[in-house]
Amino acid sequence: MTFAEKLYLPAIGKGMMITLKHLFKKKATVNYPEETRPFSPVFRGLHILNRDEMGRERCTACGLCAVACPAEAITMEAAERLPGEEHLYREEKYAARYEINMLRCIFCGFCEEACPKQAVYMSETFAPANYQRKGFIYGKEDMLIPHPQKQIKENNQ
Amino acid sequence: MEFTIDWYFIIEKLLLISAVLGISLVVAMYSTWGERKVAAWIQDRRGPNRAGPFGLLQPLADGGKLFFKEEIIPSSANRFLFIMGPSLAMFTACLTSAVIPWGDTLTIAGREVSLQIADINIGVLWIMMVVGMGVYGIMIGGWASNNKFSLLAACRGASQVISYELPMGLALIALFMLSGSLSLKDIVEQQRAGTWFVFLQPIGFLIFLICSFAETNRTPFDLPEAENELNGGYHLEYSSMKLGFYLFAEYINMFISSVLMATLYWGGYSFPWMDSIGLEGNWLTIAGIVVLFIKTLFFIFLFMWVRWTIPRFRYDQLMKLGWKVLIPLALLNMLITGAWILFRENGFNF
Repeated sequence: MTFAEKLYLPAIGKGMMITLKHLFKKKATVNYPEETRPFSPVFRGLHILNRDEMGRERCTACGLCAVACPAEAITMEAAERLPGEEHLYREEKYAARYEINMLRCIFCGFCEEACPKQAVYMSETFAPANYQRKGFIYGKEDMLIPHPQKQIKENNQ
Repeated sequence: MEFTIDWYFIIEKLLLISAVLGISLVVAMYSTWGERKVAAWIQDRRGPNRAGPFGLLQPLADGGKLFFKEEIIPSSANRFLFIMGPSLAMFTACLTSAVIPWGDTLTIAGREVSLQIADINIGVLWIMMVVGMGVYGIMIGGWASNNKFSLLAACRGASQVISYELPMGLALIALFMLSGSLSLKDIVEQQRAGTWFVFLQPIGFLIFLICSFAETNRTPFDLPEAENELNGGYHLEYSSMKLGFYLFAEYINMFISSVLMATLYWGGYSFPWMDSIGLEGNWLTIAGIVVLFIKTLFFIFLFMWVRWTIPRFRYDQLMKLGWKVLIPLALLNMLITGAWILFRENGFNF
């Protein structure tokens, strides 16, 4: 080591100048929850069940998403469409009960890929915290998007 | 024999003692907040800002957390000594603040109240004595834990402290040659009348600064308690408020070292053009107190700034620095100062 290096003090001085500069730089922290970092558009978040343009549920309870799910998180029960319900469901078979257990779900997106009716999509939010396990089992109502004509008008009013 | 007690004197001293103790504790508490904030800002992040505005209630949360933790005393440890270790560390840390002149004199209700708890004429020697007793806190803590590694760490810590007391004392001797008095009040008054001692003794100040880092176990000399490497050193077996006492005593030591540096070398409560601004009496004293605190806060910031900049010394490098570099440098400083004083007395003739 040269004599100047052995003194330690010039090197310490240089180091301290660098840390002083960092004191005044812009901070990299994101003030969550006031600010959030934006997700990409293909982010796999919470599931939503889609409707078509006329407001009918797309899901026909075919079970392909349940079979595709590697974590076996999806369960469903099918029911037959009664004559007065054509405006509610697209085809004759619909899901009376459709549940996804968010604690089992690994958010892989296989259900979104497997669905033949384009009924399951993954949105950009992630599952909020809950105190009990049963709060994480999301039913059909939790995941269905609002009716385009009726509920959006209600929400706007 | 007539014997009257000056009650006002006792009351004013008691108030002063409570005020000084309270201020030391509060400053030490907010040093922990300051440390986290400064560390964060140097590392490009924000530090605690959720507990209260700007995270100012964070130290209360930390203290509360420490109180709520479980008190674990190892079954084969010496109970009395185990509790005495951190208590001694805290005791010696608080004791040093007794001789520091916090300001000039305040005139309250016609009485001159001096803002120094004990203006003894061996002021600085008192501080060196009490710091020497602080070694006991470390050694007793390490011994009473009944843990080989704590004992080794305590031995390292104690030998570091006593090794760095020597150059500290030697640097201070050169200061006393210049000032002629050990009383801290006299030293500050001389700086007020003349130049600050840092300009007369730059090497002495440097040695004192480096030794303060070693005495308070701050980086780069914090190997005895190196949190990441040695799992806490002599703090290992301590939990809850006893650990809190050790950590707190370290921050109080840091505060007192900063005040000492400000007092001995940087003029204490005096500032340039103090007597010619036109402030009188109590206002001048209050301005002096504020100036002292600004200097102290700057030194506390310096402690933290250095901690988050440089890596720590390995133990043999540390001892080598203390014995082989700082002591010769302090002796050289003493020699030069003595020679200069001798020439000055002889009118600069040989």
